[in-house]
Parts: sequence; structure tokens; C-alpha cells
Amino acid sequence: MLDRKRKGNGLELFGNLVHLKKYFLRYKGTLALGFIFIILSNIGNVYIPLLVKGAFDELQKKLSTDIIVKNAILIALTSAFAGLFSFLIRQTIIVVSRKIEYDLRKDFWEHIQKLPMRFFQNNSTGNIMSHATNDINSVRSFVGPSVMYSVDNGVLFIMTLSILFSLSTKLTLYTLIPLPFMSLFVYLVMSKIHSRYTKIQEKFSELTTRAQENFSGIRVIKSYFRENYEIDQYSKISDEYFQRKMNLVKLQAFFHPIFFVIAGLAFIIIFLVGGNMIINNELTVGTLTAFILYLSMLIWPMISFGWVANMIQQADASMKRLMKIFNEPYEISENENTNHVIKDLQGSIEFKNVSFRYKDDLPVVLDNVSFKIEQGQTIAFVGHTGVGKSSLINLIPRMYDATGGEVLIDGINVKNIPIGILRTNIGLVPQENFLFSDTLANNIVYGITDGSQILIDKVTEIAQLNKDVETFPNGFETILGERGITLSGGQKQRSSLARALAIDPKILILDDSFSAVDTHTEEEILKRLKEFMKNRTSIIISHRISTVKDSDKIFVIDKGKITEQGTHDELVAFGGIYADLHTKQLLEEELSEME
Amino acid sequence: MAEQQKDDEILGKAYDSKIMRRLLTYVKPYKKYVVMAIIMNIIVAALPAVRPLLSKIALDTYIANKDYNGLLMISMIVLAVLILQAVVQYYLTYYSEYMGQKIVYDLRVQIFKHVQKLALRYFDKTPVGRTVTRVTNDVDSLNEMFSSGIVQVFSDVFVIIWIYVFMFGMAWDLALVVLLVMPFLIYATMVFRKKVRETYRDVRKHLANLNSYMQEHVTGMNIVQIFAKEKDELEKFSAINGEYRAANIKSVFYYAVFFPVVELLSAITFGLIIWYGGGEVIQSKLTLGVLIAFFQYTEMFWRPVRDLSEKYNVLQQAMASSERIFKLLDDETFIPDAENPVKLEKVKGEIEFKNVWFAYNPGEYVLKNVSFDIKPGETIAIVGATGAGKTSLINILTRFYDIEKGSITLDGIDIRQLEKRDLRKYISMVLQDVFLFSGNIKTNINLGNDEITDAQIIEAAKTVGADKFISKLPNKYEEEVKEKGATLSVGQRQLISFARALAYNPQILILDEATSSVDTETEILIQEAIQKLLVGRTSIVIAHRLSTIQNANKILVMHKGELKEMGTHQELLAKKGIYYRLYQLQYKDQEVVRTV
Repeated sequence: MLDRKRKGNGLELFGNLVHLKKYFLRYKGTLALGFIFIILSNIGNVYIPLLVKGAFDELQKKLSTDIIVKNAILIALTSAFAGLFSFLIRQTIIVVSRKIEYDLRKDFWEHIQKLPMRFFQNNSTGNIMSHATNDINSVRSFVGPSVMYSVDNGVLFIMTLSILFSLSTKLTLYTLIPLPFMSLFVYLVMSKIHSRYTKIQEKFSELTTRAQENFSGIRVIKSYFRENYEIDQYSKISDEYFQRKMNLVKLQAFFHPIFFVIAGLAFIIIFLVGGNMIINNELTVGTLTAFILYLSMLIWPMISFGWVANMIQQADASMKRLMKIFNEPYEISENENTNHVIKDLQGSIEFKNVSFRYKDDLPVVLDNVSFKIEQGQTIAFVGHTGVGKSSLINLIPRMYDATGGEVLIDGINVKNIPIGILRTNIGLVPQENFLFSDTLANNIVYGITDGSQILIDKVTEIAQLNKDVETFPNGFETILGERGITLSGGQKQRSSLARALAIDPKILILDDSFSAVDTHTEEEILKRLKEFMKNRTSIIISHRISTVKDSDKIFVIDKGKITEQGTHDELVAFGGIYADLHTKQLLEEELSEME
Repeated sequence: MAEQQKDDEILGKAYDSKIMRRLLTYVKPYKKYVVMAIIMNIIVAALPAVRPLLSKIALDTYIANKDYNGLLMISMIVLAVLILQAVVQYYLTYYSEYMGQKIVYDLRVQIFKHVQKLALRYFDKTPVGRTVTRVTNDVDSLNEMFSSGIVQVFSDVFVIIWIYVFMFGMAWDLALVVLLVMPFLIYATMVFRKKVRETYRDVRKHLANLNSYMQEHVTGMNIVQIFAKEKDELEKFSAINGEYRAANIKSVFYYAVFFPVVELLSAITFGLIIWYGGGEVIQSKLTLGVLIAFFQYTEMFWRPVRDLSEKYNVLQQAMASSERIFKLLDDETFIPDAENPVKLEKVKGEIEFKNVWFAYNPGEYVLKNVSFDIKPGETIAIVGATGAGKTSLINILTRFYDIEKGSITLDGIDIRQLEKRDLRKYISMVLQDVFLFSGNIKTNINLGNDEITDAQIIEAAKTVGADKFISKLPNKYEEEVKEKGATLSVGQRQLISFARALAYNPQILILDEATSSVDTETEILIQEAIQKLLVGRTSIVIAHRLSTIQNANKILVMHKGELKEMGTHQELLAKKGIYYRLYQLQYKDQEVVRTV
């Protein structure tokens, strides 16, 4: 075990980035081109000092200015040549990195869309967002700048070194003495920087959590007048954050000077050794100049090494986080039992001994529930909050899968119906209304590809939204949400209803969809729905007796079981939970009418 | 709300003198660091410029004259200069970061302090996350400007100046030739900066689109899935994602052009030095050492010029952040204390509401002309349907909000004449949603107040019956409490909040009973605890328990913002009015529970 771990370390360091292989392969042509450009551009770069050397050697002879002028012009031309390819490097490698970023994000999104509701319940929006932005971004920096700089600098390093050796092996060897120290130094310091950086991040998240907690619990703090204490505490954490930052600064402040001291040492060596060689006529001033110029070319690769290492480290950590999401199972998907012959649904529903729990270690929400709904019936579910009504209806379009028993539509297990067919035939109006910040019309026809105005008019009339639309600034073209108008709770519920009706569903499920609609409007909607829902199956969840009283059958759910069932009159007569609810609502009505 | 959202979209001008002046007031306490940094900057900028000069001397004087000892000596001088530079550089970085971090610290604490003073109205209208961002990310983004930003600008400018001073000193005519390239470099940098700014704006716009698309669709993922729209949404997403990619690729282009252009300008300068300087060397007007020195100078000054142009982004970001921060600091939604507050010697606990009107939003009264009084030691129960105004009633008593009309008095003194601090010391509040902080049980009871001893904490916990479960915890009173008390049950959290109120031993207690259902055993514990809490002090309870209303001296029935009925349980029942119905609706069921 230990042994394996040790062996794995080398790979593990950047092991997660291996998953990017398929993206790199997709652009291998362009990337290969980019690498060729790197070589060409560097050939130009390393040629310049040679031209300078040539000019200097001429100058020492003090003969004519011809070669000198020629070399001066050549320097500019060579630089233009190198520059052209340097331009092309960015246009290939960095552009590819943007394309890979696009692909990765697209794959991420495609994956996310298929994940079950469970995933979205366990992961906050902010968390998912940070994967899609920060993590993908840091992976992008690896794909682009990190790759470009490491290849570019690697090539430059090798080329420079070969030329230096050919100019003077002795001087090169001396010059190189300090450089490995630079790399060693980078290696040692980078890991320390990383661990200090992690410590800073920890404190920062404490700063955030503390502020979050304080602002959320501000009532308690104010009622006990603990503001000063909280300020002290926050100052303390801020101070610790400050200390940790300074801990990093101490290291970073050290980093830069060490670099130029080492680089400077190499410079001194060139002068000392090179100067001595000139004195002994082993070297020309031109070669010495070339050495100085090449040295400055070598410094940047040495420095960037640490920088790139850091980026790769971060990219690897990000990739690890991304892979965790990419490895999330879809849970709800089609399989070999899916019957692709099914193209349409009729609408009869049956629950056969259905049990459901959100997680293995959580209590059962639905306990062995069985019932049958015929096509064309209107059925209601009633019960207190948290008894499992919403969980129950979520099993029909497979927002969750039952953990025991079977949910059947037209006698077929929903798990064997193609998901697309299943969901496009079910109009679900969820409890928590959600409309997109788009036009009202687009929101209504969200579920269909070609929505005519006739259809929109029809469903808005049923949902009793038509009068509201007249008051909107741009009618159906009014934009909703942050960038547009804010709808009232009732308007949102009715829009959401219209959206569900627009898909012409075989099964309509209303999950407490009229809670914010006044009783009069509700009555109007129900009247129209009755007509529309002929031959379709309707399921209504509600706390309001007025909404459910005309249903063909009413089920009362309590603690995950069906405890009462029958028509309105039967249940009132029965004297159970339903009857109690009935009496209370009469009282509430009375109260609200009192002045 | 809409206006608030715009806050986050503030892009900021690169420079706003008003904001800058205000920012500089935060630098004032660290003036000596600024002065020190500037001095060190001058040194640090000059030292690298000395080196080419020394290399010129080494070449022209010692190598040319084959003086090896001289060469060794000048090398040692270079080394000494190098080490000096390293030391100064270290302190410079350290102290400028120190200053930057200190300022950030000051600002962070100041903002936090300010937020603590803000009235609840502010918190009502501002999402918590937004305020959190102000004390965290926004403040942090200022660091770069204070530490590297300001200092670096000085350093860059000095480097350029020193380079020219030395170049002119060595060969003024060659320096002039080199200077010829400068306008081109500045022009290129300016064009680049402008283009980058434009594309950067584009990139940010598309990134914002991408983010808001994702934010929205992650939130509404159930709708996407219910309507089986995954394919269409993926197309939409790809379109937005593609626009973002295009904007980025466009900005890559400008970078791709700019860097080679700078390199080219540098090469041209090299060419000019060789061409012009070479001629001079042949005429023996200049030495080779001068040329080598000039090469080194040429390589030196591109970096500061480029750095300077990059400071624009740092500045812009800092301006945007500080604008948001200052906006928060200028928000003065306070509940002011009286100028000459009255001190109560001994609080009896007599409360009177006289024709009180209150509205959260101007004109929309949630309390209308409410009058009643509470004698010292009495227990008052407030009942009413949702939205009747019960919570508002207790919110105004502790001055979470100030009333519009009428008056509230404590022992005959208007509560606005008392210091908030004192008022809240006299009145403790137990809220319906128990809020526990991360920390331990002890800190959650005393809320960090050292005046409350451990003995008092345990005493309070014992009285409310919380001690039983606390002493079973592995670390007892030191047991860690996670965020929002996630590890504790609903009932346990309530008992802790009771202990908290009791530990503060207030003269007046406000209790907003929780509606959440607990098991019978806990229910009995809580009922007993409540009785102990109310003993011997004036108490106001928003009652959800039958036992509480039956034990109250007086019941106030709130209905649609008005006080409609008042009396004891029996009196009110006999009236057969609002209370009678409320009783049937909310409390009657509990009778069954009690008899069981």
C-alpha cells in the first residue's frame, strides 16, 4: 500500500491533467504547427546576438563600416522574422487553448444537464458555478500559457546553450555554474509558497464564513448588543489573515532578489572569466557581448519555470475538482430495457408498492404507496407540508427514481419509456416557480419548438394571464426577471401553468400551483382547465380545499402513506385529516373576511 | 434591488480623482512607509543601471589594459552592488506589501464595523452575499493597488529616469539616437492598451452573459429537464460560449501583435546602436564598452514601460472595487441614538404603546394605531394570523426599526431617549428561527460576553433544562457547534437560545415561539423552560402554544395590523370574535396533545 502510494506520487502530481489528452489530440495539427513556429521564432531570436558578435568582431578590427551596417539591418530583419513567428505562436497555441476551454466548458455543461436533481440539491449553484468558471479557467491557463511558455523556453534554452558551447565551452561551463542553483531554489521555494498560499485561502474562507454568519445572524447580534464583540472577533481573523499573507510575502520578497543575485553571479563570471580569456587572447569582445546577450535570454526561462510550475499545480487541482463532477453518475438515464418503440403516451398512471428515500441514510419519504389513476381522471393529493406529496409526483417524470416498487404509465414502467417521450408528454408545474429572464412569449413556448401566437393566446387565456399581459409594457414580448419586469407570485404561477399547457401534455401535474393565486381567479382557471383536460390526466397537489374539491378522487397523504381516499364529500364525512383541513379553511376564510 | 444589482456591474473608470483622494486618506497613517518605499525605490532603480557602467569600465579600462586585478576588483564591486540591491529589494517588497496589507486590514475592519451599525432595513433589502463580497473580495482587490501598484509605478518611472541619466552621462549623442525609438514604443503601447481595453470590455461582457446564463440555468435545471430541453439549451449555451471564445481570441490577436512589435523595436535599437555607435567606435570616439553598456540599458527599459501600461487594469479594478466599498460606507441606514440619552437607574419593566403606527415601506402601514400597556412582571401573549403584525410589534420595541407615529415608552421614558445599548440590555429577545454561530456551546450561550461567567452559563442551561443534553456531549460546554448549529436538533437549538436569553438575565423578555413541531418529550421540556424564563420579568410572547396563552396575564389579538381584542383566554373565548376563531384554528388541536 505504502509502496504503491510512493510510486504513484510522480504521476499523481499532475495525473489529473492526463484527462485533457483528448482535447489536445483534437487540435494536434494546429499545436504541431505552433511548435514549429516556436522553433522558427527562436532561431531568429538566438541569431541576433550572433549578428551583434559579428559586428563587434569587425569593430575591433576597425576596418570598414560595411559589415557593421549590414549586420545592423540584419538584426532588425531577423527580429521581424522572429516576431512574425512569435505572433503565429500565439495565434496557434493560445487560440487553441481558448478552443479547448470552449470544448471543455461545453462538455461540462452537457454533462451537468444530464445530472439528476439529487446533484443540484447537494451542490449549491455557487459551487457549480465556481467549477464552470474558476476551475475551467485555471485549466485553460495550463493549456495555453503554461504549455506555450514551457515549450518556448525549453526550445530557447536548448538552442542558446548549444550556441554558447560552440562559441566557448570553457566560458559556457563557468557561466552555467550558478544556474542549476536557480532551478533548485525554485523547486524548494515553490512548494513552500504553495502551502502558505493554501493557508491564506483557508483564512480567507474563514473571513467569508464569519461575515456570512454575522450578517445572517445580525438580529441576534443586535438584540444582545454583541456588535463590538463581533467586531473584535472579525478584527482578529482579519489580523490572522494579514499575518498569513505576510508570511507569504516574506517568502516572495526573498524570491525575486535571489533570482537576480544568481543571474548577476553568472554575469560577473562572464566578465571575470571572459575578461581573463580576452586578456589571454582566447576570446573576442564580440563573443563576450554575445554571452551577455544570451545570458539575459536564459534568465527568463529560468524564472518562468517556477511560474509555470505553479500554474500547472493549480490547473491540476482544478482538473481534479472538475473530474469529480465529470464522474458524477447520471442515475436517471435510458438503458437496454428502454423501449424506443414508444412514441406517445395515453396517460393512465399506476404506483405499485412505491417507496422512496432521498438517500440511503435518510428516512423514507414514501412508504409502500399504491394507487391507480385512469386516463382522463383528475386526482388530488392533500396533506401537511413535508409528507411526501412533491416527492411522489416527481417520480412520474423521473425527476427522481423510486427506490422501491414501480411507477407505471399506460402499464409500462417509466424507467422503460424513453425520457424525452416521457417528459414531453407530462406538463409539470413545480412548486417553486422558475421563469427564465427571457420574453414572456418565449417562456410560455419554452417546451415546444414552434409556438404560434394562437397557441400562446389559448394557454394564457386558460391560465388567466391574458389580462395581466395587457398591462405589461411590451405585451408578450416583455422581458421577465432581472433585466425586465418582476412578476408577482401569482403571475409567475400562472405563466408557469401556461408553459406547461403549451406542450399539450397527456398528463398535467400541478404542484401547489395556485397558492399565490386568489380564489376567484383560481376558480376561473379551474373552470377552463376542466374543458382543456378532457381526456387528459390531471394530478393536483394543493393545501386549498377549494382547488381539489371537484377532483374525481382525493388522496390524503400522511407520513409517506395514503391514509384517506375518496371524493370530497366522502372525506368530509369521514372526519379525518381532510375534514379537519376543511373546517380550518372555513375558519380562515371567515377570519380574513372580518374587519 | 435593481439598483443594487448595478453595483456589481460597476466597471470603473481607470482614474477617478475623488475616489483616489479618498483612498489616499487610508495611506496617511503609513506615510513613513511610503517615504521609505520611495527612497528605496530610487536606490533599487539606480543600482541595476550602475551595472552596465561598471561593465563598461571593466572592458575599457581593465580588460583593454590586461589588468586582471582591476577586473577582479570591479567584479567584487558589481557583486557588492548586487547584494545591496537584493537587500534593498527585499525590504522594499516586504514593506510595500506590509503597507498594502495593513491598509486592506484597516479598510476591512472599518467596513465590518460600519455594517454592524447598519439598521435592519439595510439587511432587509441587501442579499447577505453582496455585503460579504464587500468585506472580502472587494477589499482584497485593493491590495494590489496599494502594495505593488503605487510603489511599482514609482519604481518603473525611476528605472527609466536612471537609465537615461547613465546613458546621457556615457554618450549623449548615442543616448539621443536610442531615444528616437521611445516615441514609437510609447505609441505602440498606447494603441495596444486602447485595443486591449476594448476587447477586454468585450470579453467581460460575454463572460457576464455566460455566467448569468449558467447561474440561471443551474437554478432552473429542473425546468430544463422537465421540458426535455437539454439539446436546445446546449445549443444556446454553445452560442454564448462561442461568443466568449471569439472575444478572447480577438484579444489574443492584440497580444500576439504587441509583444513582437516591442521585440522588433528593441532590435531596431540594437541596430541603431551598432550602426551609429559602431561608426563612432571606428572613429575612436566611443569604446566597445559603451556599446555593451547601451545594449544592457536597451534591454532594461522595455520592462518598466510595459509594466506601466499594465497598471491601468490594476487601477481600473481598484477604482471599481472602491466605488462599491465607498457606496456601502456612505450608506447611513442607522437607527440613531439620542444626543443626550436618558439612563435608567433601575428598570421596572413597564411598557406602553401609545397610538403606534409603523411601516416597512412608506405608506404601507403594518401596524395601525396600536395602544396597550404592560405592567411590570406581567406576561403578555400576542396572537394573530400570519401577517397580522405580531413580529413587527416586537421589532419596534427593541428599535430594530423606528416607528412612524405614536410612542413607545419603557418605565415612562420614550425608548428613543434611551441608548440602544441599554435598551437591548434590558430587553432580551428569543427569535423564532434560532440562530447558532459556529463556535462552541458556551460561546453560543454567552455570545462571547466575558462578563457572563461559566457558572452563570451552566446555571442558565440547567434552569432551561439544556444542561441534560449538553453534559452528554463528548466535550460538554466546549462541544463544537457547526455553522447554523447543524449538528444539533431543533429542540436542542431552542433550549440553547433560551439559555442564552436567561444568561443575559434581562428585565424584559421577548419570546417569539417557534412553530416547528418537536417530539412530545422535547415539547414538555420546552414548555417547562418557557415557564421558567417568564418568571419574575415582564414578558411578551408571540404565542404558538396553548400553554403559553393560558398562562398569560393578558392576550393581545392582532388582526391586519390592528389590535382588535384584548383580555384573558376565557374572556376572549366568550367574546366569540377573532380570538375564538384563531383558537379553533391554531391552538385547539394542542388540547388533544395535552390530554394524551
